[in-house]
Amino acid sequence: MTRPDPVESALTAARPKAIAALLRHFRDLDLAEEAFQEACLRALKTWPEKGAPRDPTAWLIFVGRNVAVDALRRSRRLASLPDEDQLSDLDDAEAAVVRQIDEADYRDDILRLLFVCCHPDLPAEHQVALALRVVSGLSVRQIARAFLVGESAMEQRITRAKGRIARSGVAFEAPSAIERTERLAAVAAMLYLLYNEGYTTAAEPEGRVLAEEAIRLIRLLIRLFPSEPEIMGLAAVMMLGHARAAARADADGRPIPLDAQDRSRWNRSLIAEGLALLDKALRHRRPGPYQIQAAIAALHARAPSVEATDWAEIELLYGALERFEPSPVVRLNRAVAVARCRGPAAALELIAPLESELGGYFYFHGTRGTFLMELGRSAEAQTAFGRAIALARNANEAAHIRSKLDQLMAEAAHPEK
Amino acid sequence: MYYAILCYHSEQVVCSWSQEEDDAVLGRLAVVHEQLARDGRLGPVVRLLPTTSATTLRKDSDPPLVLDGPFAETKEQLLGFYVVDCDDLDGALTVARDLARANPGGAYEIRPISIFRPGAVAP
Repeated sequence: MTRPDPVESALTAARPKAIAALLRHFRDLDLAEEAFQEACLRALKTWPEKGAPRDPTAWLIFVGRNVAVDALRRSRRLASLPDEDQLSDLDDAEAAVVRQIDEADYRDDILRLLFVCCHPDLPAEHQVALALRVVSGLSVRQIARAFLVGESAMEQRITRAKGRIARSGVAFEAPSAIERTERLAAVAAMLYLLYNEGYTTAAEPEGRVLAEEAIRLIRLLIRLFPSEPEIMGLAAVMMLGHARAAARADADGRPIPLDAQDRSRWNRSLIAEGLALLDKALRHRRPGPYQIQAAIAALHARAPSVEATDWAEIELLYGALERFEPSPVVRLNRAVAVARCRGPAAALELIAPLESELGGYFYFHGTRGTFLMELGRSAEAQTAFGRAIALARNANEAAHIRSKLDQLMAEAAHPEK
Repeated sequence: MYYAILCYHSEQVVCSWSQEEDDAVLGRLAVVHEQLARDGRLGPVVRLLPTTSATTLRKDSDPPLVLDGPFAETKEQLLGFYVVDCDDLDGALTVARDLARANPGGAYEIRPISIFRPGAVAP
């Protein structure tokens, strides 16, 4: 039976804050992790007997700090700290720590911890892997599975990333307001990546873990920075997208496109939360790309079917997104909305100039083929689908296009339909 | 007498439950709810969205100030509430104990209700 273990969930919940505080104390990622690990071992030993402390996070920070300092001293043959029995009896000491560490400290600590993982020298995938290991505490094995690589390769990747960070040093002084904004933006981008990584593999349980972890961390960020509309917007993007996870793939893991999804399988509670956050964000009247993407996702979430979706509004929103972040991929998405509200000919015209930039992109040819098919230009559609299959990154993508080709053939065989 | 049972728990702990764990807790709670409903003692049952979705209107200034986030920053958060019909505090505590066995961790605050209008909002 999957009953949440109270000690395990308390440790998981406390991890980001505790590691962040220990990182500030030791200024060393490895030492902070070891200290936390050691504190968890003691918690597993004493909490079930004595009951969990009133503030588990403060307890873990306090014990982790003492244990690690003790280990450092022992290794230097200096006087040792009080032994474990005394350490476990922490009521007074704990209260003092609680007073010392308030939310304002946690805020910069956690931001620093996440920001450390976003080191610009690290490739994006390595940033995400490192955050999953250090901040979320996922095992190397879990992370390796999610990224579809071997365990030892992932171990190596994380070790290298840590080494890179240790060599470049971490800024420990309190950030200025501008630095804080920059860090927040970098962390948001990393969490978006983490979510996207989970989205593309959401059919697998490992993919779900990534998306759920991204949502857990963005909730943590909102608690620390409650008035940042773009952070609320990003949270809404994640929740509205992940709400569709159960409906997005069939039993064999093949993706189900939006127009064929069983909307009763969308997670209504997650949709409600995403819509609430978008609502809160828009009140600030400081629009940004995450909020616009959330607004698009919200129109899909609110619509009872693809036909009843407000595609004209979606077209406008993609237009707004293009003004923030001009990109051929956004234009391609806008074209999908255009096809729905103004027909495939207008959509085809819109994407015609993208050929040179997106010629190597699976989704471009698949979308173009669909427009051509809708216009009855079967031969051209067939060519486009052929190119899409050649560019497919996995069997599922290829299978999706093949089903379009089958449809094309069926229509050719029965033109009256 | 009507009692409110206010549910407090660490939101970060509850949010770190997996979907399966959450479903398991809700499943066990449903058993307690059904018994209460059969006895005709169960009023509204409310689970709130996380405090990250909260907005606070401070009405001690004019005009009132709208702030993002929950009213109080606490270690454990108000995550939901029940309204139950019980003879006395003992009865309400018995209900709370049953709920606690289904969903351990955190605390229930039992508050007698002064005014209760069930309203007409369909869930």
